[in-house]
Amino acid sequence: MSAVLQYVLYLAILVILAIPLGAYIKKAMCGEKTFLSKILTPCENAVYKIMRINKDEQMNWKKYALCVVFFSLFGFIFLFLLQLLQGVLPGNPQNLPGVSWHLSFNTTASFVTNTNWQAYTGESTLSYLSQALGLTVQNFVSAGTGIAVLFALIRGFTKVKTDGLGSFWVDLTRSIVHVLLPLNLVISLMLVGGGVIQNLSPAQTVSLVEPIAVSAEGEILEGAQIDLENNTVTLDGQVVADAEIVTEQFVPMGPAASQVAIKQSGTNGGGYMGVNSAHPLENPNAFTNMVEMLSILLIPVALCFTFGKAIKNKKQGRAIFIAMFLCLVLALGIIAVNEQAATPQLAQDGAVNITQVDQAGGNMEGKETRFGIATSSTWAAYTTAASNGSVNSMHDSYTPIGGMITMLLMQLGEVIFGGVGCGLYGMLAFAILTVFIAGLMVGRTPEFLGKKIEPYEMKWSVLVCLATPIAILVGSGIAAVWPTITESLNNGGAHGFSEMLYAFSSCAGNNGSAFAGFNANTVFLNVSLGLVMLFVRFIPIIGTLAIAGSLARKKRIATTAGTLSTTNGMFVFLLIFIVLLVGALSFFPALALGPLAEFFGMAV
Amino acid sequence: MKTMKNVLPRALVIFLIFTLVCGLIYTAVVTGLAQLIFPYQANGSIIEIDGKKYGSELLGQQYTDDAHMWGRIMNVDVSTYTDENGKMLMYATPSNLSPASEEFEELVAERVEKLRAANPKMDETAIPVDLVTCSGSGLDPHISPAAAEYQVARIADASGRSEEEVRSIIDKCTEGKFLGIFGEETVNVLKVNLMLDGILK
Repeated sequence: MSAVLQYVLYLAILVILAIPLGAYIKKAMCGEKTFLSKILTPCENAVYKIMRINKDEQMNWKKYALCVVFFSLFGFIFLFLLQLLQGVLPGNPQNLPGVSWHLSFNTTASFVTNTNWQAYTGESTLSYLSQALGLTVQNFVSAGTGIAVLFALIRGFTKVKTDGLGSFWVDLTRSIVHVLLPLNLVISLMLVGGGVIQNLSPAQTVSLVEPIAVSAEGEILEGAQIDLENNTVTLDGQVVADAEIVTEQFVPMGPAASQVAIKQSGTNGGGYMGVNSAHPLENPNAFTNMVEMLSILLIPVALCFTFGKAIKNKKQGRAIFIAMFLCLVLALGIIAVNEQAATPQLAQDGAVNITQVDQAGGNMEGKETRFGIATSSTWAAYTTAASNGSVNSMHDSYTPIGGMITMLLMQLGEVIFGGVGCGLYGMLAFAILTVFIAGLMVGRTPEFLGKKIEPYEMKWSVLVCLATPIAILVGSGIAAVWPTITESLNNGGAHGFSEMLYAFSSCAGNNGSAFAGFNANTVFLNVSLGLVMLFVRFIPIIGTLAIAGSLARKKRIATTAGTLSTTNGMFVFLLIFIVLLVGALSFFPALALGPLAEFFGMAV
Repeated sequence: MKTMKNVLPRALVIFLIFTLVCGLIYTAVVTGLAQLIFPYQANGSIIEIDGKKYGSELLGQQYTDDAHMWGRIMNVDVSTYTDENGKMLMYATPSNLSPASEEFEELVAERVEKLRAANPKMDETAIPVDLVTCSGSGLDPHISPAAAEYQVARIADASGRSEEEVRSIIDKCTEGKFLGIFGEETVNVLKVNLMLDGILK
């Protein structure tokens, strides 16, 4: 019962916080007055002054897209070089060497595209300077870019017979200065208060209560007698020569909380630590977990309401919110039930207690005691619905069906709330597809929000909707026949296939979570997954801006009795149906080979 | 061409502005405030007694002594990190094993056997799942109250304390759910063991 209460409250608090934030974002992005204007608007204007731009500039869609591309390109070059050169740069108390070119390419593509796929392990690969000046910056600006592109699309719907979609510089600046920075200052301080580290000291070492004996070959000697005074190790009555005694533990340090805040709220997801928010120093308790977990979906949910306000059609924002919310609840339900039920392999015919008495019970492999099943499952659903990809439990160790749902949420194209900005513009492409199909069924010219939908918009919408499936299927298809791929797999059989499919789904959804047993740090995977991430980020952005440009040029048609409503239950149903249809048709065969095969093999 | 000339320099300038603001200033402000308001938390929650650092209360360690409380299963890693003198340091990683695989089934069976052998008085009791599974971080500092209770008899026998004493130590190291609702009830294994050893009061 208490688990059910947690699920309900996590969902309820999310929506309650998102509604006012949605209203705030609308005001901030349209340059209206908010309670923070007095402090923030001067900062915003200072940026325009340095850049020497006119904030009323109206860019056509091609110029807007060019700004996005070049801005991202500079970010790409900077971050790529920063990692290559971190060995000779300051801010590196652990004296870590420069990152290899392919890992650096992968990580750069990953952060510039708001994916935050982790082929790297933060604490052993990246210096504090790379984390703060590189990753944290991209976390902010890639999220800001998503919000900017969404607003360009909104203007496509609201403006009539014009080329202008607003200025990318202004949209980007407003989203960062008015929304992301203040929000993350608050979030990061809450996290530090809860126990997340935030310092600039080098890593610490602490004593182990029980020292560990390691053989000369590097193997841990279990059950060995350790004599610390004489520095000898005895195993089964015999002294082990050249054994080393480990007496201290490694405690990573650094500016984590500031980065964790924005990686959550910007739907980025790239962890400060290798194991992301499962790490106790990155997410120490249920309080920090709640802050981090709600931050994942806060802005994507808020943007549904922002959208409704900005197009002066609150019902439309609500309809899209409901469609997304229903999918989220359904996915969460399936994950929760499967994780609580665990597997026969774990239950061992009753020898292992998986009940909920005085413990979380269920499938605890890969899950933290402080989070248990309810809090881990909720996070898993949130992070894969949003294109966040941070984790507080290891998805690789989920039950077959629980793991499949997280994969499916990404394969649907990250439109169940999805990434900051990009989730909603992706869903709007599906909405355009839906009105087109619905229009065909009743023989009417399809229209959406008073704008006629014609072949030009349809072509781009289809490309936006299909970019993810194409990238996943082509990418994992090539990987499946790549000769060295099996060396990257951590598990055998169907689950091994799932690990690879998950990697491509995650990168092609710009999600970034992983079945983390999969070793992705190889030249082939770093390059191929990097290219996949770039493809699925920038093709939809260009497509969305092209649609926005074309819509803005059109006149508005009056709503008549014959106009198909896009705010009622029927539209919500159709929209969910189309999203699931595209996803199911594309991925059923692949899922049958991976998680479904594992599921049917599990009971035997 | 004209558009390019207009866009390129601005893209560079705005990128530099936000690198400065979001990378340097933001990180510095948060670090400064954190060190000022929450110094203990911001520096890793390290338990320090008389100048010796006895571990971070947030990082799990491996315990195999019968007189200590055991934690989650650990995949100990001693090869990735070393101190400045090149001495190996202990860290740990998650297993990432599928809970539906044969390999996993065999591993759990081994763990069950080992726990049964070490806790003969609990023969009739099913083993709480925390004790036979590896955590998400690999460094989970906690176990559930059920997993702690399972070990009480063994710890009492091996440490020469009464079961009541052991239980009262566990109670002191148990934390409830956040607001009584969120997350799970946890027992901090390091704190329990430091108290059993008489280091922490």
